[in-house]
Amino acid sequence: MIAKFKGTYGSGMEPLTYAGQNYMVVDRSLIPEILQVLRNEEQFDYCVDITAVHYPKREKQFDVVWVLYSFARNQRIRVTTQILDGESLPSSVPIWPTANWLEREVYDMFGIKFDGHPDLKRILLPDGWKGHPLRKDYDILQQDNEWVQINLGIESGQ
Amino acid sequence: MTDPHTLSHLDLETPEKPFLDANELVINMGPQHPATHGVLRVILRLDGEKVLGLECVIGYLHRGVEKIGEHRTYTMFNPYVDRMDYVAAVSNGLGYCETVEKLLNVEAPPRAQYVRVILTELNRIASHQLWLGTHALDIGAITPLFYTFRDREEILKIYEKYCGARLTTHAFRIGGLQYETYAGFEKDVKNFLDFFRPKIDEYEELLTTNRIWLERTKNVGKISGEDCIALGVTGPVLRASGVKWDLRKAQPYANYKNFDFDIPTGQNGDTYDRYLVRMVEMRQSVRIIEQAVSALPEGPIIAKVPKVMKPAVGEVYHSIEAPKGELGYFIVSDGSTQPYRVRVRPPSFVNLQALDLMCRGQLVADVIAVIGTLDIVLGEVDR
Repeated sequence: MIAKFKGTYGSGMEPLTYAGQNYMVVDRSLIPEILQVLRNEEQFDYCVDITAVHYPKREKQFDVVWVLYSFARNQRIRVTTQILDGESLPSSVPIWPTANWLEREVYDMFGIKFDGHPDLKRILLPDGWKGHPLRKDYDILQQDNEWVQINLGIESGQ
Repeated sequence: MTDPHTLSHLDLETPEKPFLDANELVINMGPQHPATHGVLRVILRLDGEKVLGLECVIGYLHRGVEKIGEHRTYTMFNPYVDRMDYVAAVSNGLGYCETVEKLLNVEAPPRAQYVRVILTELNRIASHQLWLGTHALDIGAITPLFYTFRDREEILKIYEKYCGARLTTHAFRIGGLQYETYAGFEKDVKNFLDFFRPKIDEYEELLTTNRIWLERTKNVGKISGEDCIALGVTGPVLRASGVKWDLRKAQPYANYKNFDFDIPTGQNGDTYDRYLVRMVEMRQSVRIIEQAVSALPEGPIIAKVPKVMKPAVGEVYHSIEAPKGELGYFIVSDGSTQPYRVRVRPPSFVNLQALDLMCRGQLVADVIAVIGTLDIVLGEVDR
């Protein structure tokens, strides 16, 4: 499968292995197609997880990671892409409905937008909250003081 | 400025029709509601008593566990994972320790693996007992709660004797175990198994053929295997819908490949089948513990791990079959003593997403049954 992908997409994807686990780093532009192909042709029918990692020092600040599993092959694969701050990604809700909450969480925690998501809003933090806490520039003690004061009626949540 | 006493910031849609034209009614359940097993808020859209759809509002217990992970060393973060699914703390610890072990490229010695399996399976039983007691209580049967809590106590006593804690045990260490088993550990476990085997029959006697139980659970909250896979639902819920998939068999971790056990499945994917699947799972856990405790090898309990852990740069995803489904950890290391990123893939969070689908067309009272049967722990949903 990897060899076939490499043949089709050439330099757009790079297959890697770490600690016995396969993953591929894919160009942002190939993401919609590769996810669709993985689901429809390669039987990766279970989207385990979608998450992101923030690298503020890099030009393309975010890694977005899809963890996929195929029941038929009993295999797991990770797809990683790098995007700029503010760049959006296509939603994979049409491919895997489970992506709905997972993408909402990525949006909530990192501020990454997914185009075509049916209901992209915060999921763990309250709707009016400012900031995305899993970004590296968001300090661990930081919080939206204004929100806390208005909605909880206390000076600070610390 | 928002008035703190209204819920306007939560963006509740008001139906456009006048209130008394109750064709479609939006009502709120929770976040403080005895049957939501924590602080879960459900907004129900109803036609009379029939559920047209619902939306879950979560996050009330959000503590930023993943953020904390980035600011603690690998060892320091270990106890935090116990606080996610606090009724199955041992499983959380197992998943975390094994993921870091993969990053460090070490493996726990055989004795540690066996003790891990014993404690984790005991925890699966304890988690299922707590689920059964509270689920039955929600539906209106009080007795199972007393039975299951009485028996769960015996498991907690073993934990207490082993590591001093009963609930958030922090039983495992990266690389193996911190404590050797106490004198009489094996005897205690064996005694528990002998004590517990007839208790499962006792639970089943109360419920399996109980007419009220059947009425309240049969054909309630049905979900097909395909829908489960599409929604990423795992664990007993997936198996009750006829998909024979368990990570302990599919991608064995710890040393589960050495043990003989079956994976129960259901056919209908309804609340009753999920009940039956979990009952069989408890029996299978007893089988696994029995094999593990009688073959417990001697030897070291912890592998050679550095005091200051600095895994090489890299990223690893590893998951285990927690009592509620697939519990995964995705850890990115930048070569320092602290993880660069810890992502937890909680089974409860993903499974809860299926609540909407499972409740459509059901009655309000069934929503309670379905929340119970999904076996969610809000500490894990919100992290």
